Amino acid sequence: MQTAEFTADILVIGGGAAGCFAAITLAEKYSNLSAILVDKANIKRSGCLAAGVNALNAYIVKGETPINYALYAENDAAGIARGDLLLSMSEKLNSVTAKAEKLGLVIQKNPDGSYAARGKRNIKINGENIKPLLAAGVHQAKNIQVLNHVNIVDYIKDNGKIIGAWGIDIVREEIVFITAKAVICATGGAAGLYRPNHTGFSRHKIWYSPFNTGAGYAMGLRAGAEMTSFEMRFIALRCKDTIAPTGTLAQGIGATQINVFGEEYQAAYGNTTSERVFAVVSENLAGRGPCYLKTTGITKEEEESLEKAYLNMAPAQTMRWLETGLTPSKSNVEVEGSEPYIVGGHTASGYWVDINRKTTLEGLFAAGDVAGGCPQKYVTGAFAEGEIAAKSAASFALYQTSVNLPEDVKKSVVKQIENFMENKNSENSLYDENSLEEAMQSAMDEYAGGIKTYYRYNETGLREAKAHIERIEKLSENLRAHDFYELMKIFELKERLLLCQVLIAHLQARKETRWHCFAENLDYPEKKAEFDKYINSVLENGKPKIILRPLISVKDAGGERV
Amino acid sequence: MSVFIKKDKCIGCKKCVEVCPGNLFVVRGKKAEIRDERDCWGCTACVKECPQNAISYYLAADLGGGGSLLYATEDETSINWVLQSPEGKETTVTVNKNQSNEY
Repeated sequence: MQTAEFTADILVIGGGAAGCFAAITLAEKYSNLSAILVDKANIKRSGCLAAGVNALNAYIVKGETPINYALYAENDAAGIARGDLLLSMSEKLNSVTAKAEKLGLVIQKNPDGSYAARGKRNIKINGENIKPLLAAGVHQAKNIQVLNHVNIVDYIKDNGKIIGAWGIDIVREEIVFITAKAVICATGGAAGLYRPNHTGFSRHKIWYSPFNTGAGYAMGLRAGAEMTSFEMRFIALRCKDTIAPTGTLAQGIGATQINVFGEEYQAAYGNTTSERVFAVVSENLAGRGPCYLKTTGITKEEEESLEKAYLNMAPAQTMRWLETGLTPSKSNVEVEGSEPYIVGGHTASGYWVDINRKTTLEGLFAAGDVAGGCPQKYVTGAFAEGEIAAKSAASFALYQTSVNLPEDVKKSVVKQIENFMENKNSENSLYDENSLEEAMQSAMDEYAGGIKTYYRYNETGLREAKAHIERIEKLSENLRAHDFYELMKIFELKERLLLCQVLIAHLQARKETRWHCFAENLDYPEKKAEFDKYINSVLENGKPKIILRPLISVKDAGGERV
Repeated sequence: MSVFIKKDKCIGCKKCVEVCPGNLFVVRGKKAEIRDERDCWGCTACVKECPQNAISYYLAADLGGGGSLLYATEDETSINWVLQSPEGKETTVTVNKNQSNEY
């Protein structure tokens, strides 16, 4: 078995928005420190922004304030958000946007030089090349080494402190050990836990990147980190089939949602993110579906601009319009909800961190979708957290002595990999990682609030889901890999199975319905004051242990409405 | 959702292997292959990266596809997206890289 060892002052795991921004911050402000940025693919197009992004959804436009942004996010989350984290993120939204523009991001401007707003909190950009721009920024830095195609599997822990991580290089087919004085986790959220809208040939035509498998959450849990709010799942309201964004139509051209009778229904349900999904589900259940974004009647110019905008972020939608001839001026765009995800850039799920984005584990910091408590952060919020985490990790690393890879860790990792590559039990195994993934998604869909049950669940169902996940986890022990790509798929499945287990425990713990669709418990259909609490968890002896923590509101954190 | 590789155009340069966010490409016998068509997310990173225009994107039948292929060529200022219908008709949409989305 081939191995490779690397060391640096700081290790950044994941080269998406948060990870690249952390690396760029380290290059700018801490050029005396060395850093390694590691990604499972290539940072040029890795992660959820591979195709591009349609707008910057978190920006403080003229007349708005960071406090207002934090209050908006807190309200959208029905209070389950950390005021301190929201404020520290919101305060940085505009400075990180200016930095992104310096990296080359095209942002539309008003005649006075200010950025052109799209609604109250958004600005217009051309985000097709956001990843290549970030990657170019990282590659310019002399103190940053980039390791592409290395899928990190677990942290390396020594004396209770995180001192690095190990993974597998998919291209070179070798085990990679990286030690560092401080580690920043920026691996993104988790897709693929639930059965998707399309289950066959287009099983990966989903909202979030199917290659974001929740590795960071799983690694953290296994190392003993505390996580928060997994039960606050995210379900995206998308264009039917193509799963393309709807915001460009809703906020961009002001398209309203209508049911099959042409009635506008949104006002009857409220307008938070979860209520917008719930509105579509409810209209469909009442026999008033399908539901659409009303685009008919828009001008030829508007239509052409939309076609271009979608090519910059979700080419499938433009292709569908052009191929069918049913362009948005002629045909309304049908909408549907995606399957649920765990993603801290939209909801509050993720690592329990302090205001410096330090996790509960010594030496470990978190930023972006993997970091919890700070919903509605989107791309610019991920930048902001990357910057904060980089500064905190650098300050920490400055006072650490050099670290060494413990020999026993190396031995046990090599043994583990050899076992997966030569697992004798699998000679007669009936199952592979594909069939077990499907079984997991099926169990979650049926019993833990997937698309099939309109995102609803009850206690009996959650117990069924738990039993299935435990069964599948046992079966996964016998999986065998023929190459390092298959090995990665096995690790991804195991990450997801652990997350399903912890997610179910979180759903069981919140005995109320605080958010429609995101966590809709039919046994407890009302919101309850006793659950004005964060539901957190740690793994103890392999099982999730739930911890309730009191809320820290925006007001508690010093923010008053302005 | 997936990509179609025109084998006669592929030169085995591995740029798709390098850039795919899912590590889905392999080059065998100097020709690119996708490990499993079902695993493509449809981000079109490979379509834009391929110097030979050998990789096209297509809408799967379950997503309402009608058999057209989409590829892209890129220069300093623009991305030209070319849609080829099954009958061979080509429609080009040019997106200016220096211009923001209008919406």
